Amino acid sequence: MTDKGGLRRVKALIIKEFFQIIRDPSSILISILLPLVLLFLYGFGVSLDLNHLRLGLVLEENTVDAVSFAESLSNSPFFEVRRGSDRRELEDLILAGKIRGIVVVPSYFSAFKKRQDNIAPIQVIADGSEPNTAAFVQNYVLGAWGKWLLQEKINQNLRGLPLVSVQPRFWYNEELVSRNFLVPGSLAIIMTLIGTLLTALVVAREWERGTMEALMATPVRIYELLIGKLIPYFLLGMFSMTMCVMVAVFIYSVPLRGSFWLLGLVSSAFLFTATLLGLLISTLSRNQFVAAQASIVTGFLPAFILSGFIFEISSMPLPIQFVTYVIPARYFVSCLQTLFLVGNVWPLVLSNTMYILTFGLILLVITAYNTVKRLD
Amino acid sequence: MNEFVSIRNLSKKFPGTSQLALDSIDAAVTKGKIVGVVGPDGAGKTTLIRLMAGLLLPTSGQILINGMDTVKDPEGIHRIIGYMPQKFGLYEDLTVQQNLNLYADLRGIPKSGYRETFDKLLSFTSLTPFTNRLAGALSGGMKQKLGLACALIRKPELLLLDEPSVGVDPVSRRELWDMVFQLIQEGVSVFWSTAYLDEAERCDTVLLLNEGKMLFSGIPSELTQRVDGRTFKIKHITGRKRLVLVKALEEPHVIDGVIQGSDVRVVFDSKDYALNLKTLDAGPDAQIEQAKPRFEDAFIDILGGGPGGYSELASITPEVQPQNTPVVEAIGLTKRFGDFIAADNISFKIHSGEIFGLLGPNGAGKSTTFKMMCGLLKPTAGESFVTGLNLQISSSQARSQIGYMAQKFSLYGNLSVMQNLQFFSGIYNLKGAHQKETVQKMIDTFDLGGYLNTSADELPLGFKQRLALSCAVMHNPAVLFLDEPTSGVDPITRREFWNHINGLVEKGVTVMVTTHFMDEAEYCDRIGLVYRSKLIRMGSPDELKEIAKTEQNPSPTLEDAFIELIGRYDQEQIHDR
Amino acid sequence: MFSRVYAIIIKEILAIWRDKKSRAVLIIPPLIQLFVFAFAATLDVKNVSIAILNRDMGKASFELIQRFKGAPTFNHVRYLEGVNEIAPTIDQQQAVMVIHIDEQFSRNLYAGKEATLQLILDGRKSNSAQIVQGYALTLIDQFSRDFAHEQGFPVQPTMLIGRNWYNPNLLYYWFNVPNLCGVLTMLVCLIVTALSVARERELGTFDQLLVSPVQPFEILLGKTIPAIIISLIEGTIIIVAAIFFFQIPFTGSLLLLYLSLFVFICSIVGVGLFLSALCKTQQQAILGSFVFMSPAILLSGYATPIENMPPWLQTVDLINPLRYFLVIVKGIFLKDMPAHLVFANTWPMALIAAFTLTGANWFFRRKLE
Repeated sequence: MTDKGGLRRVKALIIKEFFQIIRDPSSILISILLPLVLLFLYGFGVSLDLNHLRLGLVLEENTVDAVSFAESLSNSPFFEVRRGSDRRELEDLILAGKIRGIVVVPSYFSAFKKRQDNIAPIQVIADGSEPNTAAFVQNYVLGAWGKWLLQEKINQNLRGLPLVSVQPRFWYNEELVSRNFLVPGSLAIIMTLIGTLLTALVVAREWERGTMEALMATPVRIYELLIGKLIPYFLLGMFSMTMCVMVAVFIYSVPLRGSFWLLGLVSSAFLFTATLLGLLISTLSRNQFVAAQASIVTGFLPAFILSGFIFEISSMPLPIQFVTYVIPARYFVSCLQTLFLVGNVWPLVLSNTMYILTFGLILLVITAYNTVKRLD
Repeated sequence: MNEFVSIRNLSKKFPGTSQLALDSIDAAVTKGKIVGVVGPDGAGKTTLIRLMAGLLLPTSGQILINGMDTVKDPEGIHRIIGYMPQKFGLYEDLTVQQNLNLYADLRGIPKSGYRETFDKLLSFTSLTPFTNRLAGALSGGMKQKLGLACALIRKPELLLLDEPSVGVDPVSRRELWDMVFQLIQEGVSVFWSTAYLDEAERCDTVLLLNEGKMLFSGIPSELTQRVDGRTFKIKHITGRKRLVLVKALEEPHVIDGVIQGSDVRVVFDSKDYALNLKTLDAGPDAQIEQAKPRFEDAFIDILGGGPGGYSELASITPEVQPQNTPVVEAIGLTKRFGDFIAADNISFKIHSGEIFGLLGPNGAGKSTTFKMMCGLLKPTAGESFVTGLNLQISSSQARSQIGYMAQKFSLYGNLSVMQNLQFFSGIYNLKGAHQKETVQKMIDTFDLGGYLNTSADELPLGFKQRLALSCAVMHNPAVLFLDEPTSGVDPITRREFWNHINGLVEKGVTVMVTTHFMDEAEYCDRIGLVYRSKLIRMGSPDELKEIAKTEQNPSPTLEDAFIELIGRYDQEQIHDR
Repeated sequence: MFSRVYAIIIKEILAIWRDKKSRAVLIIPPLIQLFVFAFAATLDVKNVSIAILNRDMGKASFELIQRFKGAPTFNHVRYLEGVNEIAPTIDQQQAVMVIHIDEQFSRNLYAGKEATLQLILDGRKSNSAQIVQGYALTLIDQFSRDFAHEQGFPVQPTMLIGRNWYNPNLLYYWFNVPNLCGVLTMLVCLIVTALSVARERELGTFDQLLVSPVQPFEILLGKTIPAIIISLIEGTIIIVAAIFFFQIPFTGSLLLLYLSLFVFICSIVGVGLFLSALCKTQQQAILGSFVFMSPAILLSGYATPIENMPPWLQTVDLINPLRYFLVIVKGIFLKDMPAHLVFANTWPMALIAAFTLTGANWFFRRKLE
């Protein structure tokens, strides 16, 4: 068959696929509804920013200093303070999870001025069952104490300034809003759902319904079949991606400091790879049930857990860190967070894109090898 | 060599199975002729067709199509064949026109020839008014025709059809056949696989497959010649024809027997045998006369003869008291799905010890009616009664009187035989010692002992049927509902099944069966013909055949009767307008 | 009636066990998730890469840097040559934090004056960055005090002695694994119930069931009870793994845990049955479960605290049974939660269970007619 025949066949297959997408509710569900729901969840539901750290406070002393410190805590925008009359009462609350920490201003508080040691005369108890929050409790209260101390020194002209004063600067996301890195990262998950899960399901369904069989008995070539499947879902994914980026930027006010075109380029590379993974899964399994499971286990879960999107890769045990090197989503997440919050950091973006494409090419070779025009 | 297709010593074994799917098949298709491949489910028909289409690799042997090897040059073969797989290969979400466009593009029809090709095909298949309808919304017969059209887009040299007429109404089947015949006149070679023996009979050459082995290859009449002079009909039987059949089958030289209307048809093992009618208790007027041999008779003969007539199951079943009132009754059953009326005011009565058949093409409403009778669908209007109990009101009680056997045996495939038996006896209220006893009885009766721990999926087809039947009757129901119980089954297994059913009926059990297999309908005492949601005719098989009797066709088959009745009904509808 | 329900229960359990696909789905994903989540999914910060630009030549800065190098959290320390290297280091994510020490540092310190130090952190991972900042501040503060002490300068009482109750070392997996007990039990429960009816429909055996004397209610019971049993087993496996393999302390009452686990499972079973009645194929059922589970897990406090969510979302979250169970399971493992608090979190689940089970029953019957 001439090349022209091939082009025509591919075009026919793509058109067929589009009609099927339009008429099939599950495709619309996964490519449009599900991303919006997930974006909503990641935009509002999942947040690592502590708005109001709920603390309990016990004043065992009623001096001017004690009250002043207590008030500085209550007035701080970081805390939501509940006064308790004694520890016991607050212990119940921390047990129930209603507060995440207790600050005790002990009876020997005001004596601190006369002391020479370096231990702050307050006790902080944090709920260790929420380790992340507990760390924040300790850090924030220490910060509040340091601030109060400084204020006191200035007011009372005491000697002894802190020796080393630290100027922290947070670059890219100065407001420290977790949404700004969670939402871009979540785009990787959404693209995996469309690229891998949807594609795998759709192709497996074609095997199950027997239409694949009829196609194979025509002069159509293997790679034409592959391309005919790849392109529509790729385009659908890009459409969905654009929609999601719009939502992220205009509704969630996540800054997009990099160029839209570079974002598009990187997304294309990732979508290419994700779609190929879906194709490979469906070619090997030829069964919707297995395809769904495999997509979730090899596509979605790694994208969620091991991509660095929410859980820090460097904190994982070494063997698992090695595993993350073969997960395309890891590279994509890094690019996304950079392109949104930083800008066009060419070395980083290009090298990551190269990695993603390499995976894509490997998958392409494996898939092509396994897609023979035969039923066994 | 005039052979367009040559199949030499072809064998196929699937990995993970122990048996050969196809065992050393030799066959040929001459150019411009039609070859029919016939055999029950699992015989290997689909495997053979897929091998010919180059979609499977043979384990050994060779297939050459017009000199091209399916292994070495599948692309070349794909250019010259048209293939219609079992599920038709249609995209249900696309319209008729879009399906045609797709295949036209895939086969590289020049754009200039588009319109002409489409018009020709659409009129050929009578689908012209439906170009914009979604393929999924077409009736069974129309889907088949569309599948054929797509396979014919570029006039192939070889047309491969995998069970193209299964489940379709006889009228559409005939139309399909006519279309294919026309193609043959135009020089297309056709390879048609079917489970209908009468279709195979009409082919130029026939290949008989059973369990992967080829039992016969040659001209159909050659096969039928085997049983020449050995087929007879016993007519004018007084009394119980079923008992006569049982007795006949017990005779040593009778290798096969079936019920045909009010007659019993038998096949002997040799021409010289003479049957003594007296031993059969057929009554004083009974006569025996020669009958024209059929393909099926020869099939059974090749397989070594059918089973005996004695049914152990029937012997252990307690007698059911005959009732004066109808045991099963439908009054004005109607079912509407939105605007669509699936069943329209259907009423019938079934009496004690009667076999009643609901006959009709797919989509006519017989499955809907059947489901309403079983309690699976709630009627929009009308009522159904079983042993006097209203199915809608006292449903649990009514259902404990019903035994149900579904199409393709709905057993729990990955449960063992024993587990299936225990489950079904449990949900039919058998408990304790009684349950144990009954289960053991079934195992003994059906010889299931060797398979107790085997998963139901892995059983041979015959044993699956036995298991399904035993699960359906363990609670000694007064009524049996059978939904296409023997579709796709080989004739011998079918005979065995009906022996059991006949035996049960003799004990007073009432049976309602649905089928689109005309031969099976012959076993019924009365038939209700369902067409376009209505019950258009009721009567015994003989009564219905009588209606279709004409000069040209003095002894019509039930299928002829069916087509005649449908034709008349359609005519009346047109006149009424 | 009981014998019929019993027959169905046995059949359900056998069908799940003997079907390779179901077995795989019930065993593999939960196991994988247990191990991966337990070890990989941590918000903890370890093995951090940092970079230091030290323009000071003095002993003090050297001291400080040694402390950073010696800290277990910071395992990768690079040295930068100039200010222009800071931006690429952060931009290309070669370090999470850059410490910029200016030339006056040591001199100022020895003179008893304030010495400044710049910390530049990558805000792309704002959570980790803040925690890293916290560690750095603690380190610097310790150094500051030690230095002051050494030099005889007045000392600031800035050392905070904080205690972490229930999990003194803030081990992340003490938080993760009990949570997984809830999440994985929900996963298994949902899949088992959602598949139960859909599978029978697909195989065609559902009609067979409906034609028998079995009532719809009995079918529901027959499918609910095996699901509850299997889920309880799954939960037990994780609890056992948590206690014996992960060595997480178990301080509370086992009885209370199982009681609340049972109520939790009941609430999920209702959702699963609802899905099952709705979906015609097994694959639809799995997708449906997934769609339900994602929000339920994300909003349950499993990955991120509920109190961080906007208030209106927190109200919506009140109908999520998983959130209550997670409080209970962590409470019983780590906090020796007393009965009245367990009940306070159990009755909402019971309410949800009553609602979902009744709803499923009603929906089921409607579908059957």
